[in-house]
Amino acid sequence: MRSIDAQFGLLKAVRRVSLTVEAGETRALIGANGAGKTTLLRTIAGAHRPTGGSIVFDGTDVTRVPVHRRVEMGIALVPEGRRLFPGLSVEENLSVAGGHRRGGYWTVERVLELFPILQERRRHRAATLSGGEQQATAIGRALMCNPRLILLDEVSLGLAPRAVAGVYESLRTLVSGGTTVVLVEQDLSRALSVASRVTCLLHGEVVLEGVASELTREQVIAAYFGTYGATAVGATS
Amino acid sequence: MIHTRSAQLAGGFHVQRWTRLSVGSGVATLALIAFLVIVPFLFGADVTQQLTTLLILVILAVMWNALAGYGGLISVGQQAFIGLGAYGTIFLTQHGITPYLAMIVAGLIAGVIALPTSLIMLRLRGGQFAIGMWVVAEVFGILVSLDSSLGGGTGISLNGLDQYAPGYRQAYTFWLTLACATLLLGLVFLLLRRRIGASLQAVRDDEDAAASLGVNVVRSKRVLFVVAAAGCGIAGALYLANTLFIQTPSVFGVQWTAYMLFMVLVGGLGTFEGPILGAIIFYLIQTQFGDSGAWYFVGLGGVAIAFALFLPNGIWGAIDRRLHLRLLPVGYTLRTAAAPPPAVAGDAAGKPPPLAMEDQP
Amino acid sequence: MTWINVLLQGVLLGGFYALLACGLSLMFGVMRIINLAHGDIAVVGAYLVWVIVNQTSISPFLAALIVLPVMWIAGYAMYVLLLERSRRAGQLVPLLTTFGLAIVIENVLLQVFSPDVHSLGSTAGGLATASATFGGVSISALGSLTFGTAVIVLAALQLFLSRTNAGREMRATAQDPDAAQLVGINARAVYARATAIAVAIAALGGIFLAIRSTFDPSTGPTQLIFAFEAVVIGGFGSPWGTLLGGVVLGVAQVVGEQINPQYAILFGHLVFLAVLASPRGGILARRAGEA
Repeated sequence: MRSIDAQFGLLKAVRRVSLTVEAGETRALIGANGAGKTTLLRTIAGAHRPTGGSIVFDGTDVTRVPVHRRVEMGIALVPEGRRLFPGLSVEENLSVAGGHRRGGYWTVERVLELFPILQERRRHRAATLSGGEQQATAIGRALMCNPRLILLDEVSLGLAPRAVAGVYESLRTLVSGGTTVVLVEQDLSRALSVASRVTCLLHGEVVLEGVASELTREQVIAAYFGTYGATAVGATS
Repeated sequence: MIHTRSAQLAGGFHVQRWTRLSVGSGVATLALIAFLVIVPFLFGADVTQQLTTLLILVILAVMWNALAGYGGLISVGQQAFIGLGAYGTIFLTQHGITPYLAMIVAGLIAGVIALPTSLIMLRLRGGQFAIGMWVVAEVFGILVSLDSSLGGGTGISLNGLDQYAPGYRQAYTFWLTLACATLLLGLVFLLLRRRIGASLQAVRDDEDAAASLGVNVVRSKRVLFVVAAAGCGIAGALYLANTLFIQTPSVFGVQWTAYMLFMVLVGGLGTFEGPILGAIIFYLIQTQFGDSGAWYFVGLGGVAIAFALFLPNGIWGAIDRRLHLRLLPVGYTLRTAAAPPPAVAGDAAGKPPPLAMEDQP
Repeated sequence: MTWINVLLQGVLLGGFYALLACGLSLMFGVMRIINLAHGDIAVVGAYLVWVIVNQTSISPFLAALIVLPVMWIAGYAMYVLLLERSRRAGQLVPLLTTFGLAIVIENVLLQVFSPDVHSLGSTAGGLATASATFGGVSISALGSLTFGTAVIVLAALQLFLSRTNAGREMRATAQDPDAAQLVGINARAVYARATAIAVAIAALGGIFLAIRSTFDPSTGPTQLIFAFEAVVIGGFGSPWGTLLGGVVLGVAQVVGEQINPQYAILFGHLVFLAVLASPRGGILARRAGEA
């Protein structure tokens, strides 16, 4: 049973969020810009220290565990903006992540199989890749860590629709393989199509959570923009 | 009623530049300066000379802090200008200019030379700038030592001051130093109060962000660079007047940077009052331990490291953090309509001006 | 001396400077730290070898085999104890702490060893003075050895960075430490390793310095300046740039010396400043150390 349980105190961007994700689940984190989604993901990955609360991964409290150790434990993040190593080739970007690999399915060859477009570009420097290729590499790099939990931050951002479709295709493979996925996604329909459960954040707080197929579009939009419920969030500071 | 240009903001807040405390300190400072002026009449030449040394250290500390604390430019080569000021004075007096005038001119010349130097040096940032300045200092030192009329590498004395009787010489030197120190401090103070001060701190905190806001980064730095050079140049000239004999290796030596670094780190990097405090502390340490040889320097270095790591804001910075003490009004203070001080202080040490307009207890 | 000889001497001297510069460049490339104590660390290496050679009369090259691992460990210690905190404290703090460290090292050496000037030249078994002559061109044995060592070290470093996993991790961490951590790279270990390598190579440079000329506690800063000049002239990018920079610096100095012995170092400085002033110089500051 793999689950993360994250509870945060007053982080600047995230307030008192409590989140429980079950093993094998695909959770979509949605919300407007500035809602705190990236911060939340980074905190789970360990790049951010919560000011309060705890993160429990598969029964272990990882709140104080440094980033690279969390990777060894099975958490991998595909950061916003991809953050590839520009001077390294595609292959190097992949293998450098595999260095401390926790033994598992994914190897450089298998990742390249998953993303055939990278095959011919494998020796090219990451800085020369197109957006879609970069995104594929970034996901592949996270896969090289053989994660049990993979966190994806805005993978469709800045990509042409066809590239996005390709990315989400590969996500399906992941999901069917049993990996737990938490993804942040601006594109609501995509998010709802691939996720089993949805959590919506607004101003750093959870305003909606539920099974994707059971939520109505109206509910989601209301939560997204904060017109849900009695508290008039409105346009305050 | 204490009041200078407080802008009225919505919600009954107003921005004040002079707090009661800073006005008090301003008055105290003026009184101190007045007192210092008459020191030569009250005490002997020895005391006067010691005080001159102290004031020279203050100048150096303030200049280095202006560069590093406000401009983010850590220079390991200010001794270039110290040497220029000292040797410039020698040169000018050799050509018939009266010594005290020569000192001022030499200082200004150092500032002038800093201008083209800045065109090259300000292309560099961080550590590259630091060592680059060191190279510049070495070059100036070598060039001067190659000139035999300036004593080659073996040193030279300032002769023109013989015309004054010893007691008077010390006094004149002291007054000139006092005047220069006051002027330079005033100049730095003014620089910080005006737009250039805020833009410099923005640059120090995040250069790229500042540039994107239209801050003319290079120009702000250049102003600082030239002022610091002139200040160090004057300090060098005054040092010569105080000690009468200089040598290229020592007057262009990097130990000057060590002293300035120590004073500013211990006193408080990026604060206005910090370097002054640091200079006083350093002066006391110097007089007490200066003859202890190598261990003295080891101690200096060790203390500097300790401060850099653990107390990066120096002593004044630490006090400032706790008590929001700002003796001289270089920053802005936000006040609610009714509340008396202390309020949240925006300040010259790089903390952003307060955005949260909460009520203060 | 004929100009060929002058040029050759300059090139060989350049090898020495490249060796000195290597560690400085590495630390900057990986961590963006300019180690102001770099020259003094080289001198420490020289002193350690000198002590061993004095006590045991073995060749300085053998003594180096003992000193280098010691300095390697010292490099680790330096990172963990001093540089890590400095790095986290801000961009400029490492400059302040390494400068403080430089002062401390110099004066401890002064206290322990006195200001006396020493040299290891006599202990190198004739190597310091040997030279071969080919058709009017004289090549010094020591110069060649130094140059050769520099080339080997630089090549080894290049191979390390491009072929080994640890090297790739180092490049990755240099380019994006945040992302590197996120893929499981222990950035702290990478930085410590880089420091250790830099310190060890610096010590090696110091040992060669001791053999080719004299040293005393105050020799450090000059070596730092030379190393820095070599890196700037050659560009902060590749190890081979460092070699080129060293060679240009060496040639400049030797040429200056031919004109007037007092001009030797000055010429090096002037070339450095000229490179900075040139259009190329503006690019240097922007260049990330992409190894």
